[in-house]
Amino acid sequence: MTQVKEKERKLTIARAMAEAIAQEMRTDDKVFVMGEDIGELGGVFGNTRGLHEEFGGERVRDTPISETAFIGAAVGAASDGMKPVVELMFVDFFGVCFDAIYNMMAKNTYFSGGNVTVPMVLMTSTGGGYSDGGQHSQCVHATFAHLPGMKVVAPSNAYDAKGMMIAAIRDPNPVVFMFHKALQGMGWLGTEKEAIVHVPEAAYEVELGKAIVTRPGTDVTIVGITSGVHFGLKAARILGEQGVSAEVVDLRSLAPLDRDTVIESVKKTGRLIVVDEDYHSYGMTAEIIASVVEAGVPLKAAPQRVAYPDIPIPFARPMEQWALPSPEKIIAAFNKMKED
Amino acid sequence: MKPSQEQQVWMYRHMLVSRFFEEAIEKIYMEGKTPAFNMANGPIPGEMHLSNGQEPCAVGVCAHLTAEDVVTSTHRPHHVAIAKGVDLKAMAAEIFGKKTGLSGGRGGHMHIFDPKVNFSCSGIIGQSVGPAVGAALSRVMQKKSGVAVAYLGEGAANQGAFHEALNMAGVWQLPVIFVIEDNSWGISVSKRASTAIERNSDRAVSYGMPGEFIEGNDPVAIFDVVGEAIARARNGGGPTLIEIETSRLAGHFMGDGEAYRPAGEKEALQKIDPIPVMKQRLMAEGILTDAADAAFVEEAHALVDEAIQFARDSEYAAPEEAMEKVFV
Repeated sequence: MTQVKEKERKLTIARAMAEAIAQEMRTDDKVFVMGEDIGELGGVFGNTRGLHEEFGGERVRDTPISETAFIGAAVGAASDGMKPVVELMFVDFFGVCFDAIYNMMAKNTYFSGGNVTVPMVLMTSTGGGYSDGGQHSQCVHATFAHLPGMKVVAPSNAYDAKGMMIAAIRDPNPVVFMFHKALQGMGWLGTEKEAIVHVPEAAYEVELGKAIVTRPGTDVTIVGITSGVHFGLKAARILGEQGVSAEVVDLRSLAPLDRDTVIESVKKTGRLIVVDEDYHSYGMTAEIIASVVEAGVPLKAAPQRVAYPDIPIPFARPMEQWALPSPEKIIAAFNKMKED
Repeated sequence: MKPSQEQQVWMYRHMLVSRFFEEAIEKIYMEGKTPAFNMANGPIPGEMHLSNGQEPCAVGVCAHLTAEDVVTSTHRPHHVAIAKGVDLKAMAAEIFGKKTGLSGGRGGHMHIFDPKVNFSCSGIIGQSVGPAVGAALSRVMQKKSGVAVAYLGEGAANQGAFHEALNMAGVWQLPVIFVIEDNSWGISVSKRASTAIERNSDRAVSYGMPGEFIEGNDPVAIFDVVGEAIARARNGGGPTLIEIETSRLAGHFMGDGEAYRPAGEKEALQKIDPIPVMKQRLMAEGILTDAADAAFVEEAHALVDEAIQFARDSEYAAPEEAMEKVFV
């Protein structure tokens, strides 16, 4: 029997997201898309490209610049039988519409004792590194993941982006789908090539709330999400050249959080570094470290975190690049652990 | 659009149920809260916003609606819920926080959800409007019948959500009606002190929709104007903004000293309490007799008593059930 190798079909995260949405729209007429510039333009970050052409303006609906209205409307439509996919263009803009998100989208199911469902996806771009200033570069992972009632996911590559978007649309609960701009595959803001991977054409789901070991290793566990995974992989390669075997865990979901995968990894390695482009304090990094410590995992060194300093994101390129997590900072964190 | 005799009687009966319900809640709310008022005590803890005086806004609108129509309401939701047909026993139990409540006690008085009659509300000012616009959009997209009605207070018309949602409803010409209950007070701040124009209904022109102001807290006048708006929405004629002059006969919440009210205001409002006014009108028009009225009063009390008793007799859910229903 000869095995036919599947032809490589590399997609950007942007294209993978658009393909996932299109496939769900073809099979489920309850699915529709709403947001700013997601129609003919195809989304500022390309993740709705082609949808308007295929499905028209009724189901791929440009909105006024009114996030409170259209996210609130998505809550109402979702509870009335529809499955809206709405876009908050930059996650930084949550300030104008958070009531609709955390006080309604995330709470109505609970407030109704489970009698009202809110099956919607809120997709939103995160991250910086391209000098867009402090109102267009944040991740605010923890701000969302802290609040109960919504799933919060963030893929680091196109394969996961497609499978997690399909899972998110099919989920009866509200899902916040964060995509990092530097991984998105938009040439005009530079892109992480390793996020562009093989994506099967047929629809598939990647289970939400499941982390994955992206690179196996034995000496140290590096946990990250979106950009943090890629910083971690680069650091792992450099460490590998130095004879250190680093395991990289991609959380993929912030809520529900797959603590088990992280704990299993640290049980093996005994060392933990957590990488996050979100702010340092009260963030995902602290949550991961606390979870490992609470589980009583024996540690060979104090866990380290590599996160964004507690400052608004600066504009100047040298300042911003200095503040971002990086492979070098991860290696420095590892070296610090060796000294312990 | 004039209400039939039956519709007028329906409105009156639901006003009675609503008022008696609030009076019962008011009384029970104070259990355990004297001599020292502590909101956390008693069989109904937490904030309590009573709707006494605002019943015409509920019945004049909901008389046009069926269970399939969508209503989103506010932090002051009981009268609207009752007129929309929310299960009174399950609502009372929810207000008590009992397992038999609409949500098993997870929501409480500001978070009443009854999907059987498409009723919901939010404790956040101005956040009733977005979901109503979305429900209306959903009906259009699914080619399903039904309109959406968003209730809000006059204070909520100064929220950004109001502007955003009405504009979007206007752009998309959705079957949604925005009903402002203008009780002239946002807690302690008067409409005059908070709103740049006299009537929020005048704002409708900004959103490309008709705007109507209804004076007099009169169920029949409300029925008339709202009926036109709902018929227009059902026929694809788009949204309408309606502001109803009403009166808050209670404080903003139970425990409100109401020192901000001008002297004599409350007494003056009580003289035009819409329930006796409606009763006199129905009597004058020969629609209601003393005997019928007595029967309706008795019937309303019986419904309320039954609901309250059900709530009192029901058990609390086990505390750890709090962990359930976050996701489905």
